[in-house]
Amino acid sequence: MLDNRSGDAFVAFEHVQKSYDGQTLVVKDLNLSIGKGEFLTMLGPSGSGKTTCLMMLAGFETATHGEIRLDGQPINQVPPHKRGIGMVFQNYALFPHMTVGENLSFPLEVRGMDKAERETRIARALDMVQMGAFAHRRPAQLSGGQQQRIALARALVFDPKLVLMDEPLGALDKQLREHMQFEIKHLHERLGITVVYVTHDQGEALTMSDRIAVFNDGRIQQLAPPAQLYEQPENSFVAGFIGENNALPGTIEKLEGDKTLVRLANGELIDATAVNIRETGQRTTVSIRPERVEFKPDLMPPGAHTVEAVVNDVVYMGDILRARLSVAGSEEFVMKYRNTIGQTRLVPGQSLRIGWHPEDARALDPV
Amino acid sequence: MANALDPHAAIATTASGAPDRGSLTAADGKPLARALARSQQRARRRAFLLVLPLLAFILITFVIPIGQMLQRSFYNDGFSANMPQISAWFAENPRGTEPDEAAWAALAADLSASAEERSIGVVGTRINYDVPGTRSLFTSTGRQVRRGIEPPYREALVEIDEDWASPRLWSAMRNAATPLTGNFYLAAVDRTRADDGSIRQVEERQQVYVMLFMRTFWLSLLITALTFVLGFPIAHLLATLPMRKSNLLMILVLLPFWTSLLVRTTSWMVLLQQQGVINDILVWMGAIGSDGRLQMIYNQTGTIIAMTHILLPFMILPLYSVMRTINPSYVRAARSLGATSWTAFRRIYFPQTLPGLGAGALLVFILAVGYYITPALVGGSSGQLISNMIAMHMTDTLNWSMAAALAALLLGSVLILYWLYDRLVGIDNLKLG
Repeated sequence: MLDNRSGDAFVAFEHVQKSYDGQTLVVKDLNLSIGKGEFLTMLGPSGSGKTTCLMMLAGFETATHGEIRLDGQPINQVPPHKRGIGMVFQNYALFPHMTVGENLSFPLEVRGMDKAERETRIARALDMVQMGAFAHRRPAQLSGGQQQRIALARALVFDPKLVLMDEPLGALDKQLREHMQFEIKHLHERLGITVVYVTHDQGEALTMSDRIAVFNDGRIQQLAPPAQLYEQPENSFVAGFIGENNALPGTIEKLEGDKTLVRLANGELIDATAVNIRETGQRTTVSIRPERVEFKPDLMPPGAHTVEAVVNDVVYMGDILRARLSVAGSEEFVMKYRNTIGQTRLVPGQSLRIGWHPEDARALDPV
Repeated sequence: MANALDPHAAIATTASGAPDRGSLTAADGKPLARALARSQQRARRRAFLLVLPLLAFILITFVIPIGQMLQRSFYNDGFSANMPQISAWFAENPRGTEPDEAAWAALAADLSASAEERSIGVVGTRINYDVPGTRSLFTSTGRQVRRGIEPPYREALVEIDEDWASPRLWSAMRNAATPLTGNFYLAAVDRTRADDGSIRQVEERQQVYVMLFMRTFWLSLLITALTFVLGFPIAHLLATLPMRKSNLLMILVLLPFWTSLLVRTTSWMVLLQQQGVINDILVWMGAIGSDGRLQMIYNQTGTIIAMTHILLPFMILPLYSVMRTINPSYVRAARSLGATSWTAFRRIYFPQTLPGLGAGALLVFILAVGYYITPALVGGSSGQLISNMIAMHMTDTLNWSMAAALAALLLGSVLILYWLYDRLVGIDNLKLG
């Protein structure tokens, strides 16, 4: 699950623990290495420890135990202003008593840069986020999206090697958020900087990241590229947290390598891929993505088990249709199928048999 | 581009661009503007009725008494109303004219009439302001004139009391002959009118008011600075500590508010006097000798210490209310951008506390300038402020016109400072809580 190349990683957390009150651990044994130029997202529900990790990396929180290294150097004892890490805050944290230009000038002034050099850099950074005409405005005179761009420019103006972003798009409306996701991703590729991005929005994480670390309960539940995370979740939490997911409880009937046969609550048998299963007779939760469920016999793999289902209702969503089915005692089993010409119209009350490729059904730990 | 982004500009453009704006009518055909005004009129009248009691209260208990009091500083008819004939003679004859027999006759007639009406005391009091010790001259002369006086009046009056021939007295009477006078203001800045009418400084040993004004403003500035130095860190602690601890600290800050001013001042006496707690501790530690006990109260030091303590919450509370709204991420952002904690404080945190600092400083300064009871109790002679002098004129010398003139000058200078503050900092930048 973890790659142990932390020796040559750009950022490395090693056995990092964090406690605020001396009684409970907010971060429990974090091991994470981030490569140079990587876009890594820390994703998780609130209280999962992801923001704490970011704050430890920025230097605003001290690690209770363990070591954090930046470019090979331990930084536990380095104060934040000497770490040279750019940071974009959730509320942008643009200094309200300074103009946009002064905001961008601030990191350069504290580095003792002369005026001419400062001005070229500020102009370059503002052009980079298409805000060149706004240098004399105050932050309060800008819209949310414009403030976001300025915050980004300020974090980048002093050429940091590492940029941290703490839910930077949380306050923007959906359309602007999607646009900014694209711009941030584009800047990351163009400048070759390393980005550590914190969010609780899984869509944002999936579209932007090279790798995603899913946090829950102070631990990394899975660290993987977006596609792998979505298609091959390694435990029930990840399967449930990323995307829409059907969870069918059952027991392991037969286990052969990573192939397994699961008996569901109503006695029916299904094929699945064993993920974190050790022995037969163990309780499990089988996770299946709604779009991988098939109801046409010719599309199902030969020999695969099928299960009985009854349609509860069908929601028309334009490009797809979303059917809620009763399967093996669950009333909330979801199946999505494309709205193509000649697609079968399902009606509530209709019975059908559904099935899936065994590799799409993942037998995980019981919820 | 800039206008397109500004919503106000956009509204203004559409409003003025509408060609038939003036001719819009309501559904009944009457002009829309008038219909709007009428529909809002009732709400406005109701709102006014709600504030009417308060308005009347302020008018009766605040504006009118203060106005009347201030009027005394430039209007005093104690002499002119009761001595009409001599006042008329002063009006006819320019300054420098020797009083002729007609003048003496007018004076004698006025004295007689005034004594008859028992208003001679008021007349004497008015002249007494300018020439100390003359009140009894008027009352005693009045008694004798009432019994009968024969011309020539000059000789008759001088025979009663030779002070009647004093040019200083005649100059004072001339000054008092018109009810409108600037003399109280002149006196409030240690000036007086000479016998020939020119303005000159009073004798050096009588010059008190200018010095007291200077001391009042200087001590108020010092106290404002001290409350800032002491209050800033406490306000910061209050704003950043966890809720439970900051609530406890807040109670400690507010505790002085809930204690009587007299109790607080008296406890300073206990602490600071020569046989007091602090001196005892210093002697016990050997820091000072038993005969070298420090004089920390009944002088300026006492005034400064006690007033700083009493006014501290007025600095802390506005600072706290502003600091609480400053998001900690600003300082974090500054730190992550490479600023040391000192630079982050100086350039990012401190400028954002300025509205609170301005409000606190203005509050403390204005309160300190008018402070009366603490300097009176612990100030000794060197710790008295101008307000103590005003109180003295109100209660001891009963020269209310003088008290009013001093108070008006104080009020005026505070208003000037307020105006300066508005020009330099801007009243909009003020945040009282």
